[in-house]
Amino acid sequence: MKQAKIIRNIALGIENLLLHKLRSFLTMLGIVFGVGSVVAMLSVGEGASKEALEQIRKLGSNNVILSSIKSVEEESTSSARAHMSVYGLTYEDYRRIAESFKDVQKAAPVKLVRKESRLGEKLLELRVVGTTPVWFELVPREIIAGRVLTELDVDNQAPAAVLTEYGARRLLAGEHTIGQTIRIGSNSFLVIGIVKSESGQAGNIQIPDLEVDAYIPIEVARKYFGDIQTRMTAGSREREQVELHQIILRIDSTEHVEPTAGAVEQMLNNFHKKKDYTISVPLALLKQAEATKQRFNIVLGSIAGISLLVGGIGIMNIMLASVTERTREIGIRRAIGAKRKQIIYQFLIETVVLSTTGGIIGLGVGVFIPFLITIFSGMATVLTLWGILLPLLISMLIGILFGLYPAMHAAQVDPIVALRHE
Amino acid sequence: MDISSPPLSENHEIIRLEDARKIYKMGMQEVRALAGVNNTFAKGSFWAIMGPSGSGKSTMMNILGCLDRLSSGRYYFDGRDISTLNDDDLSELRLRRIGFIFQSFNLIPQLTVQKNIELPLYYLGWEAERSAARALLLAEQVGLGERLGHRPAELSGGQMQRVAIARSLANDPQVIFADEPTGNLDTKTGIQILELLQKLHQEGKTIIMVTHEPDIAAYAQYQMHMRDGLIERIEGGPR
Repeated sequence: MKQAKIIRNIALGIENLLLHKLRSFLTMLGIVFGVGSVVAMLSVGEGASKEALEQIRKLGSNNVILSSIKSVEEESTSSARAHMSVYGLTYEDYRRIAESFKDVQKAAPVKLVRKESRLGEKLLELRVVGTTPVWFELVPREIIAGRVLTELDVDNQAPAAVLTEYGARRLLAGEHTIGQTIRIGSNSFLVIGIVKSESGQAGNIQIPDLEVDAYIPIEVARKYFGDIQTRMTAGSREREQVELHQIILRIDSTEHVEPTAGAVEQMLNNFHKKKDYTISVPLALLKQAEATKQRFNIVLGSIAGISLLVGGIGIMNIMLASVTERTREIGIRRAIGAKRKQIIYQFLIETVVLSTTGGIIGLGVGVFIPFLITIFSGMATVLTLWGILLPLLISMLIGILFGLYPAMHAAQVDPIVALRHE
Repeated sequence: MDISSPPLSENHEIIRLEDARKIYKMGMQEVRALAGVNNTFAKGSFWAIMGPSGSGKSTMMNILGCLDRLSSGRYYFDGRDISTLNDDDLSELRLRRIGFIFQSFNLIPQLTVQKNIELPLYYLGWEAERSAARALLLAEQVGLGERLGHRPAELSGGQMQRVAIARSLANDPQVIFADEPTGNLDTKTGIQILELLQKLHQEGKTIIMVTHEPDIAAYAQYQMHMRDGLIERIEGGPR
């Protein structure tokens, strides 16, 4: 009964709006674009931040990543030919960090060497990652075939290599995947496993598996390839001595991540004359990204809010005109016995129907725009349930908010005057 | 006050005015539209209220039709003093006990004949099927059974007034107020409308009609002549 009445009221509202199709449509446009922009912005914003957060999470939120960099002073003095620059994290740093911080649960050293590798006729430049089995715990990788490095490999100083999927496909294509012997530089390695490559870009955050990587025990890397690398750059030979390129730390709990990172930095500072390392804390980045997202949402929300406000005012304007135009109708209804609140109800429903219809059309527009953005710019967009329901709810609320005044205005109409109204 | 329940007293009067006054303030001036009217309207009677413009007949109509309230005095409707009712209670009274017919028909243009007739039933909360059936019945009574789907603009004046009469009957009112019901109609159509009103009177409805034409007033049992906010004289008697 009650429900049937609401449906009849809504049907009546729709009927009245359909009497002036163009006017109703134009009135709705403000809400259409308001809601459309809210939905579109939310989904673009959600998509962008989700991508960023995803990348940061991949680094492990309890991890701290130390990386070697050439310090600025070093850069300027290395102009001399055949100069050898010595910088970066050392085995000693690794040992000290692993031993002296109780909050550091695990630590993995990383040594990077670029080497040509070969299997039969196939050639591929690999990035050789010398590390320990712990690395695979800190930066989890899906194993496709075989196994990852073990302590045994380290103890035996076994010439074993784990390849990433992409490298394996290029190098081992068509052959039996694991159990092959490949040559890296001038040494032979047994392929013991293949792990998934990470797709996607991590921006400026370094993570040693975005390319074609070969993971080998760090002792083997040190023994075979040494700490000195020669790079040919623009006619000059550059020699660098770097012991470790990265140290990845796993901190025992999230609360300890930032304090420990600070303490590690303090300690490194004491032992390094130059600032030849960086420290990056994914958790801090994550927090920062979330804060950025928050700010982004507030800005978007305000812009969308203004467009919705404008839409609402447009609706109010038209509804006030409609009330004046229909003064006589209101008088008739009142004379017949409609109470004031029933008149309010009638006009309010009309406004809400108008704004909600605008909201639904706007939703269509707002879903379509991110769709186009994804197609043409490849940017990820994410439509959340929240991102759909919120604008709809807002458009309904706008109908109520901006419909209330015209409706009250209508209810104040004096039936005696209204019935004489021409 | 519950106005929907039937009165307790067995009474032959439907409306009684006691020293009814209505004063409008127009700037500094006070206009005494009703200057102390006393009258009793019997159940089932047919009245014509006459008088020149400014005589107070329109005010009389608005007061009797519960569209307006007295400045002072008493108004008894079916034995109850309704002078002090609030806006909502007056609406409820109009909804359940009163029907209106206007000179300019006052149909809602965007609604069909059926929807116009159903309007009081809508506010009474009737279900769609039941009110559609009643609308058909009433339309047939006024000879418009075929026109339910039409809109007012597609009808002649006489037909529109018939729709208005059907609408005024929808809530089975005790009193029907007719404000110059033939004012916008030609003589022949006007007579048909008056005959319809007479038929309703014979069926037991109380009818109070405002008119300035003696020919039309002659259709009623009583002719009330008003002047300067007072009843000048009452002619006629029970027929």
